[in-house]
Amino acid sequence: MATREIISTGNELAAIAAVDAGCMFFGGYPLTPSSEVMHVISDLLPAKGGVAIQMEDEIAGICCVIGAAMSGVRALTATSGPGMSLKAENLGLAQMAEVPLVCVNVMRGGPSTGLPTRVSQGDISQSKNPSHGDYKSITLCAGSLAECYTEVVRAFNIADRFMQPVIVLLDETIGHMHGKAELPTLEEVEAGIKPRKTFDGPAEEYFPYQCEHDEPAVLNPMFKGYRYHFTGLHHDKNGFPTEEIETCRKLIQRLEDKVELHKDEIESYEEFMMDDAEIMIVAYGSVSLAAKEAIRHLRADGIKAGLFRPITIWPSPAEKIKEYTDKIEKVLVVELNIGQFHSEVQRAAARLDIDGLFKVNGRPLSPHEIVTKVKEL
Amino acid sequence: MAFNYDKYLRLEKMPTLWCWGCGDGVILKAFIRAIDKMGISQDDVCVVSGIGCSGRFSSYVDFNTVHTTHGRTTAYATGIKLMNPDKLVVCVAGDGDALAIGGNHTIHACRRNIDMTMIVINNFIYGLTNSQTSPTTPKGMWTVSQKAGNIDPTFDTCDLAIASGASFVARESMLDPKKLEKVMIKAMEHRGFSMMEVLSNCHINLGRKNKMVSAMENLEWIDNITVAKKKYDAMTPEEQLNLLPTGILKQDTEADEYCDMYAEIQKVHQGQRGKITQDDFEKKI
Repeated sequence: MATREIISTGNELAAIAAVDAGCMFFGGYPLTPSSEVMHVISDLLPAKGGVAIQMEDEIAGICCVIGAAMSGVRALTATSGPGMSLKAENLGLAQMAEVPLVCVNVMRGGPSTGLPTRVSQGDISQSKNPSHGDYKSITLCAGSLAECYTEVVRAFNIADRFMQPVIVLLDETIGHMHGKAELPTLEEVEAGIKPRKTFDGPAEEYFPYQCEHDEPAVLNPMFKGYRYHFTGLHHDKNGFPTEEIETCRKLIQRLEDKVELHKDEIESYEEFMMDDAEIMIVAYGSVSLAAKEAIRHLRADGIKAGLFRPITIWPSPAEKIKEYTDKIEKVLVVELNIGQFHSEVQRAAARLDIDGLFKVNGRPLSPHEIVTKVKEL
Repeated sequence: MAFNYDKYLRLEKMPTLWCWGCGDGVILKAFIRAIDKMGISQDDVCVVSGIGCSGRFSSYVDFNTVHTTHGRTTAYATGIKLMNPDKLVVCVAGDGDALAIGGNHTIHACRRNIDMTMIVINNFIYGLTNSQTSPTTPKGMWTVSQKAGNIDPTFDTCDLAIASGASFVARESMLDPKKLEKVMIKAMEHRGFSMMEVLSNCHINLGRKNKMVSAMENLEWIDNITVAKKKYDAMTPEEQLNLLPTGILKQDTEADEYCDMYAEIQKVHQGQRGKITQDDFEKKI
């Protein structure tokens, strides 16, 4: 398989990936440490006839992205934790109205303004349910420079398949990391683009929200002769507000089931030296790079450690986690928060004895810290 | 022959949720007649509404329609318009929508002068949710959230739009639907951001507790607080106090429109022109 090499940063690769994946619109607001995504894409999009706009606030940033996506194009926004908090309301509308978009969140220390320029993985829980109500969030997490590119490309295809927002988590370390990334060729990326489904029958037979119990809405582009309605209210097959009991129940259950019953299409993880592992480290994002380094040191000392790295964070690869935790006694979740994914591992494992190594001071975890912790287990 | 609205209405959604005697229906009909006169295909129009009584506007008319979150109409519409610059995009918002929770979006849509029309239906109250104070509720009126009397100063929608850079600003009331229709056409035909404030009645949730229990009494009050711009301009400041001028208050056909300007950005990046500099603009700061 042909590849190409690009020397760049995680944030820049995320922007390039969006454009390569056919994104035509970016809307956002400056938010450290994600701003470089906007800086880069504001040059790339107009060059290919697209639009990048800096809006008046984070809320407007996602609103215009939803508007552009409703009209039929692929659209991106990028932010960090404080911006995610502000975008939550309209991420909810995009979940409800089934509008596909990609939202890159380059995680920094929180809560609130937190540590603007320092690394964190504190938005794992938030990304599961950024907005109120019931729905199934899809969240991917890049663990390398190359994945800042490939996961954004994958996110666009997943968004169009499931017709909903897809969050791509980077963290400050990965976003600002500068180095060589081995990427799929542009031809391969373009060949892999799977645009959203459309209906091409007669307009009077088009019901955008009339679909199977586990399938997403089929939303045609605007201005093409298929006039329908978008709303954040509970709605019927045409998208019109309704409070009819069965219609409301079916709608919300479908928002859950369209993802839950097809999560095999989204699930993604990496197993690193897991074949003979007696100790399983669970880590994701930039921390997984330190974990791999730690595992090499541990193995040199005769300790058989391996890494399980979820790439799809939500829905989590729970079955795979359980498969491992059923046979491996010593499990250590390493993350830059106080156990946000650790509690998911405990849930998936149905075990309360999962160990954790957590850090929340804005500094990265070193391989040495992981080695020391593993040796204490 | 009387005008037939059926073509533009989603008849299965009738009757509307609006109260008897509500002005929103009059405004909706004026809007439909305006679109019909402009001769635009229904497929080429997008109506974006917010939350509140006016929020339901979009579900009743047969265009491409979007019912957004509270206050965010222009932000959604900005994405739709930038990706479809040759289509007609109309926002419909209430006074709470446009001036309270969505005030920032309104200001910046005006400032960008992006080509869309924002119809603000101002009934001076949060009607749908039972009479809470809005940014246009006159001081001293009763609201459910200020039962002792409203002390909050009011926003003037049109002054705000003018100050924020909208290139077309007009105010009418639903008392003269024919005139409203004509001004709406001018607003929608204008290239740039057009603010179209329409004063409307809410005798149910504004009037009942403020001595305007019927639609007629509420409308009479609106009639008494409005005066045509020409007449208003001839008045002294003392006479102008407590009056709102109606008609076209601002019309600047020279102002740069945002989609047009963005097309220049695209040209820069496509090597068709040099970078945009201050010299490209008459007004430098």
